[in-house]
Amino acid sequence: MIRMSLTRIFAIVLRQYYLTRDNATRLLQIFLWPFLDILLWGFLSQYLEEISSTSFIPILLGAIILWDFLSRVMTGVTMTFFEDVWSNNFLNMFASPLSISEYVAGMIASSIGTSAIGFVGMLLAGSVLFGFSITMYGLMSLPFLLILFLSGISLGIFGVALVLRYGPSAEWFIWPLPAIVAPFVGVFYPIETLPQWMQYVGQALPPTYVFEGVRAIVAGENFDSSSLLIGSMLGLFCIALSYAFFVRIYHRAVRTGLIAKYSAESAA
Amino acid sequence: MSVLEVNNLKKNFRGIEAVKGISFSVEKGEIVGLLGPNGAGKTTTISMVLGVLEPSEGTIHIGGHDVHKDRTNALQVTNFAAVYAHLPGNLTVRQNLNVFGRIYEVPELAARIEHVMDEMDVRKFENTRTGVLSSGEQTRTTLAKAFLNSPQLLLLDEPTASLDPSSAQLMREKILQYAKSGGAVLWTSHNMQEVTDVCDRVLFVSHGKVLLEGNPRELPALHGKKDLEELFITVAREPLSLTE
Repeated sequence: MIRMSLTRIFAIVLRQYYLTRDNATRLLQIFLWPFLDILLWGFLSQYLEEISSTSFIPILLGAIILWDFLSRVMTGVTMTFFEDVWSNNFLNMFASPLSISEYVAGMIASSIGTSAIGFVGMLLAGSVLFGFSITMYGLMSLPFLLILFLSGISLGIFGVALVLRYGPSAEWFIWPLPAIVAPFVGVFYPIETLPQWMQYVGQALPPTYVFEGVRAIVAGENFDSSSLLIGSMLGLFCIALSYAFFVRIYHRAVRTGLIAKYSAESAA
Repeated sequence: MSVLEVNNLKKNFRGIEAVKGISFSVEKGEIVGLLGPNGAGKTTTISMVLGVLEPSEGTIHIGGHDVHKDRTNALQVTNFAAVYAHLPGNLTVRQNLNVFGRIYEVPELAARIEHVMDEMDVRKFENTRTGVLSSGEQTRTTLAKAFLNSPQLLLLDEPTASLDPSSAQLMREKILQYAKSGGAVLWTSHNMQEVTDVCDRVLFVSHGKVLLEGNPRELPALHGKKDLEELFITVAREPLSLTE
């Protein structure tokens, strides 16, 4: 059985708290990009509402807010890892009693903090500037957020494993991950629009069930809430899969000595 | 029971044997020097002791805990300071100690931090980011972190390399004091005078094996050398002459 120390997990969160609190650029990145997205998609939604009778704010702007939430969760996980990459801190971290499960739990806990702050900021901006309210989705907003949170965590852990395997120069693998997933999960369109093979991929990805649900609720259609259970189960499965992948890569790094000598040059 | 017990340790990297069956122990209150030329296998051995490199064969026990099977408990009673492992430069000295104190689950952490900051003379820059400190100040901060959990085993890789002679002397005194209080130290250094002054025993590693072992003040004469530095040079250049 894995015994985890809350004190050690808190140490990871505390480090992220210090770094975020004491550095304006780290604090700014939590708000800046989502805010720019809200401006862009908010004005587009507003314009489309003016030229048609469809309600675009909850569909387009709502979708981008939810999608940004997923991306923020992923970024929260990966930033914790990158702090150790950028400060050459692997030896101090991994030659300590900190276990790999505690490290991952620390990355997730840090992400809860940063993504929650960013999400509240997005909701406020969406509400003040464009009249968006998450309550438009009713009680379903909670399972929607849960599924997106699980998806963001699994993407983050998967991305971190890739960088651990291929070195810091593989950082560029991480940032486009949400963009690679987005076309399959139907953020802005029903997945029936996609070719059959893409639909199959989409059905295996948890966020699909959120965005299908959003559209059904906004259109006033019947929405089978049991599909959210499928989405949640898939989300948990994806986390288990990405965690197993990360642990496998970590053990490889311990076997080859990569952890002890981690740098852009040695990792590849 | 030894604090550190290394038994028949081997490490292969893609068929190349970097460490070829090293065995040694470090007792309570003992300072052992791990010496050898570059590429001899010292850092590989230390990495395995610290649990960041998996041995191909052999076992390592710290305080009776197997490093690779019972990693957390083994590393809970261990700490280290190395010239190549400074603390994150974007945190202040105090913040680093707060974070690492929690990672090592140090009891009564606040009081312990005050104590090590005074011991290592880092209080005057406690709120400065470690990245902007001089290399000597960074080394003292790293040593403060190394003493934070009052470890049973302390691994020191060139601990005084970037310190001025006065600070180096003070640090040596602190480490000797720590050993007198029962701590075990595994020390690597290329400063042979320092090793002679500080270590109770030295292990010369060459080509992945322990070539010589003994008291650093007696060992050179046993091999017809005037001092440890001359012995080191022989180990580095003509190791076979010492085994004949």
